[in-house]
Amino acid sequence: MTSKTAVKMTGIVKRFPGVIANDGVDFELRPGEVHALLGENGAGKSTLSNILTGLYRPDAGRLDIDGEPVSFSSPRDALEAGIGMVHQHFRLVPTFTVAENIVLGEAGASVFVNRDRVIARVQELSERYHLAVDPMAKVWQLSVGEQQRVEILKILYRGARVLILDEPTAVLTPIEADALFMTLRSMVAEGRSIIFISHKLDEVMAVADRITVLRGGKTVGCVDTASTSTKDLASMMVGRSVEFTRVTRQQPATPDDIVLQVSVVSALDDRGRLALTDVSLSVGRGEIVGVAGVAGNGQRELAEVIAGMRSISSGSIAVEGQPIKSGRARSAIEQGIAHIPEDRLHTGLAASHSVEDNMALKNYRTSALSRFRILRRKAIRHQAADLVERYDVKTPDTRTPVRLLSGGNVQKVLLAREFSSLPRVLIAASPTRGLDVGAIETVRSRLVEAADRGLGVLLISEDLDEILSLSDRVLVVYEGRLVANLPIETADRSRIGLLMGGSVDGVGARS
Amino acid sequence: MRSPIRFEKRLTQPAWLSWGIPLLSLLIALVIGGIVLQITGKDALDVYDRIFERGFASKRAIQGSLITATPLAFTGLCAAVAFRMGVINIGGEGQLYVGAIGASMVGIAMDGQPVGFVVVCMLVMGMLFGAAYGSIVGVLRARFNTNEIITSLMLNYIAGILLNYLIFNSRSYWRDPRTQGFPSGKPIGDRGEWTKFSIFGVSVPLGFLIAILAGGAVWLLYKRTRFGFEVGVIADSPRAAAYAGIRTRWTIVAVMALSGALAGLGGASDVGDFRHLLDAKGLQLSNYGYTGIVVAALARLNPLATIFVAVLIGGLTNAGYALQGPDFPSGLVGTLQGLILFSSVAGEVLLRYRIRQNRTPRREAVAS
Repeated sequence: MTSKTAVKMTGIVKRFPGVIANDGVDFELRPGEVHALLGENGAGKSTLSNILTGLYRPDAGRLDIDGEPVSFSSPRDALEAGIGMVHQHFRLVPTFTVAENIVLGEAGASVFVNRDRVIARVQELSERYHLAVDPMAKVWQLSVGEQQRVEILKILYRGARVLILDEPTAVLTPIEADALFMTLRSMVAEGRSIIFISHKLDEVMAVADRITVLRGGKTVGCVDTASTSTKDLASMMVGRSVEFTRVTRQQPATPDDIVLQVSVVSALDDRGRLALTDVSLSVGRGEIVGVAGVAGNGQRELAEVIAGMRSISSGSIAVEGQPIKSGRARSAIEQGIAHIPEDRLHTGLAASHSVEDNMALKNYRTSALSRFRILRRKAIRHQAADLVERYDVKTPDTRTPVRLLSGGNVQKVLLAREFSSLPRVLIAASPTRGLDVGAIETVRSRLVEAADRGLGVLLISEDLDEILSLSDRVLVVYEGRLVANLPIETADRSRIGLLMGGSVDGVGARS
Repeated sequence: MRSPIRFEKRLTQPAWLSWGIPLLSLLIALVIGGIVLQITGKDALDVYDRIFERGFASKRAIQGSLITATPLAFTGLCAAVAFRMGVINIGGEGQLYVGAIGASMVGIAMDGQPVGFVVVCMLVMGMLFGAAYGSIVGVLRARFNTNEIITSLMLNYIAGILLNYLIFNSRSYWRDPRTQGFPSGKPIGDRGEWTKFSIFGVSVPLGFLIAILAGGAVWLLYKRTRFGFEVGVIADSPRAAAYAGIRTRWTIVAVMALSGALAGLGGASDVGDFRHLLDAKGLQLSNYGYTGIVVAALARLNPLATIFVAVLIGGLTNAGYALQGPDFPSGLVGTLQGLILFSSVAGEVLLRYRIRQNRTPRREAVAS
């Protein structure tokens, strides 16, 4: 049986308490195409794919597979209909082998598994689709990219003809991402269809045949990739046109008026290995200092050391001449160091706690919010209501747990709290990662405004565009050392790229 | 074959669930217990009727139930306080023994002192001893990240052995030198015996009133204070706590000390309110510490509910003692307690998920 559409979703509505995640979404997937689902955080992409994979049941709307109406009540139903999903967070058992993970939970599997046949089949699939992975390897031994291949093999093994990939490149290096795109192409060539969920414009342009854009739970439109542009997509996504340019500063930075001084600091990582070696840097009043580097070269430890979450083994850190006690977050907070950590929901916030508790997470000790060690609940609620208003946090209530908010709003809660403490120094680790275009813009302009008012910002990011568009000065880390300290005028992309890769640079002065 | 029902994660938890689910758990436990009774040839309704009568239906029954409920209220609070931070303190049992050792020591030593003074000293010593014993678990966890379930459980056995040593295997300060036959503890002075209060004609032990006060204090501590806020954040995410400058290690030790102090109060009450001596055998047979975990679980770790549940389970246990005989299986109360713990833990699932029916027909075949 042939059909014009592999998947057709019409008028899909899904409500959650306080929000409508999908509000009459239409979506159509043809056989043999890569169809991107583009939208901001909270636009309804995940909800839509969860409906398609049987995890949620729509409140209204119609779902057709190959032209026939269906209704899924579990992911197993969806799998039987040939729909499989690769989640952003993998669902693999680390101590099992690749082959074991692939047969695990297979529909209709008997108690006894024919090991050799499974391995042969996995090998055949992995060769056919360039998904190189050893079926006998244990999952914990694999890189993130390889684990993703296992996830793809898992759903192919179960005969999926429609594959949903949720932000698949978020965890991949550029080379791995290219390999993934090749795999997708070869699968499409065989008549399978792919739904590619993303909010990265360039990537969507590179890989998709057609693009459906969602905004605020509604379908904005469906376009052919050939007849659209990054700029058009961006404006469809956010409902207005967005420009990526170097941000202009109202107030010039004063690098000589030092607010944060890190002097020959060394520190160990969680496994007790040297993660930072003799790092010295300074941030001036109103200065944004970018720290560029490939992930895992000591950035996380650097942020943690300054924020007092990690002890230093030698050296010292001071804010306006006042030393920070090593490994004492409370000391760092009291000295006016604000910190936006990489892992927002579990480090920066207490996820199951309410918005109001999280807004008070750092200043509940102050006399404004507690007296004689008793919390002043009314003041806490008041503070939260005020910040929700000022930072435009979209939440049903200040008592809503933050884990129920969308990614952009989670970050807004964090920003509101950190900025409202009137810090002298801000450590921002990947502050826009995982956010949509609109939220990225908000975060960046907040950073720049704060710097204009005199805040010293240490911006740690793997996103070079971000560093180049915001920073006054760029530092490069490589294997736990600072290898360059470049004024923004002399910092160009290719030079930084080389430094990040560890090649020696004769011009950039070691700081 | 696929299941006719499925679990759907709740995004919000309606308020009525927090008391509805424990009630349902209790009911289910009673129904399962009833089935077991019927199978063994007993009349379940008759047995339950007698339990109710001997546990709650008269002044005397309530008086008896309060005696059992008092230590359970303390050990229940002990478990609830620690569990709320995600520290699984199984050691209420041992902490209660040690509290009893401390309280009986001053009770014996202060014979002849003013009544109020003796009572206060016994309370304080019970708390201090329990707190110190609980802190061992806290320090080990905070300093070396040892598993508190194992350390607290092992310390229960050590405390039991210590009790046996003090009364049976040595001529310690606690052992009564006058007894010639079976060794027993030295009675505390008359003034160390705690007053009973008559409320609506029911004589209520002082310990029970203190338990109510302690429950209220813990509730306030966790709801209204900075300390309670910090405990909540640690329970939610230890990394967020570290990030916010909360002294996690210190808090773990403090919570374990508090938890131990509450159990220790239970031990002091056992000496002051009821037995008036260090009863090595009786304490170990009562299993107050372990039953306290059942109490806390059914109360969903709410300190005020813990007091209420303690009375409930106390009544059940008390009726069990009273009714023991040929037509009342002695294991029944223990079985019921187990069933209650089991179903209230299972009930937690209902709090986080809701059950939906799978009713839609499946598509016949996959088109190809």
